[in-house]
Amino acid sequence: MNSLKDAGHLFRLAAVFLAGIVLFLLARGFLVPKSFGQYGHYRGNALGELAARPVHYAGHQTCETCHTDVLEKKTAGRHAHVNCEACHGPQAKHADDPASETPTKLDTAVLCARCHEANAAKPRAFPQVATAEHSTGLPCDTCHQPHSPAIVAEAKK
Amino acid sequence: MNLTRRHLLLLLPAAGVAWKYVLAGTPEAAPNYKLSEHWWSMLIDLPKCIGCGNCVRACQQENDVPDGYFRTWIERYHVNDYDIENPVVDSPDGGKMGFPPAKDGSGKNFFVPKLCNHCADSPCTQVCPVGATFISPDGVVLVDKTYCLGCRYCVQACPYGCRFINPKTDTAEKCTLCYHRITKGLTTACCESCPTGARQLADLKNPNDPIHEFLKTHSVQVLKPSMATHAKVYYNGMDGSVR
Repeated sequence: MNSLKDAGHLFRLAAVFLAGIVLFLLARGFLVPKSFGQYGHYRGNALGELAARPVHYAGHQTCETCHTDVLEKKTAGRHAHVNCEACHGPQAKHADDPASETPTKLDTAVLCARCHEANAAKPRAFPQVATAEHSTGLPCDTCHQPHSPAIVAEAKK
Repeated sequence: MNLTRRHLLLLLPAAGVAWKYVLAGTPEAAPNYKLSEHWWSMLIDLPKCIGCGNCVRACQQENDVPDGYFRTWIERYHVNDYDIENPVVDSPDGGKMGFPPAKDGSGKNFFVPKLCNHCADSPCTQVCPVGATFISPDGVVLVDKTYCLGCRYCVQACPYGCRFINPKTDTAEKCTLCYHRITKGLTTACCESCPTGARQLADLKNPNDPIHEFLKTHSVQVLKPSMATHAKVYYNGMDGSVR
């Protein structure tokens, strides 16, 4: 009994440690988000937050629901597999509110050259021109229709 | 103990905090999207790439990437016949506005678009000290920017140089494989805007995805296979000089 009486300081020390551990667990319980560890060593809700960001490119399926005339023209020509927003840029706002958000008219002299300007690194089979010689800076839609670029209609006339 | 009105009033703020905490625990996963049913990857068909820079611009617009930083970029390789081990690589402004004519028309010239390889065994997620970056259950390497300290460990760990510190938020940033799009059934912004189909989003867990037929019938490589990162961006027709 005497020995235990002398060990009083040890119990006090243990009590301090116990209090510390309880405090740590309490603080951890409050500070670590509930979804942490849901899928792994990270906050599971981060997935939902990343997925909730707004979309800027509407996707060609969205464009095609309204612009069926352009789709028809496009699928008949060489640009069949070029998606609308590849040239027209992000149009999600226009898709949400077609009346007030209208896409700007594109400058074909700049736009077409981005893909079709001759460059040694481009695949051989890809149609390329040196715009300086080919069109001398004229906008490409002077002769070509961007949605179906081959000049067939002209030849038929 | 008698519970008086005063006691109840004292308890109210505590209850409020507790309730907010309960709400914070509810998952916000996108509806009709099952994490376990997807394993995302990308196919890059190099012989189709024309280096137009559409993907770089689209990525920047879709994800609000600051100027001079890139989540995806295009490199132009110039390989001389007599020195195939030492290609000359350039990427003016990430290839965002296309490429000027090649200085040397001889030898071999080609484009290589690059992005996060969404490695199945990624070095960048292993070094994060706070659990801010991770591989999602559907195979996308993501950053939780509310947890990121901006310590830059992951930036130096990525063997492909795909990460950077966003100067506005001072947190690590990288390609999310347009996680906000693919979970809604859309393709990524870079794939949507690629005019030649050189980039294709692929879901390896979807048995109907054309990627399976493509992988069976083509010689496909990944970047730096020696790093054993199990990269999931597959390059078709890639030259041996690409690093």
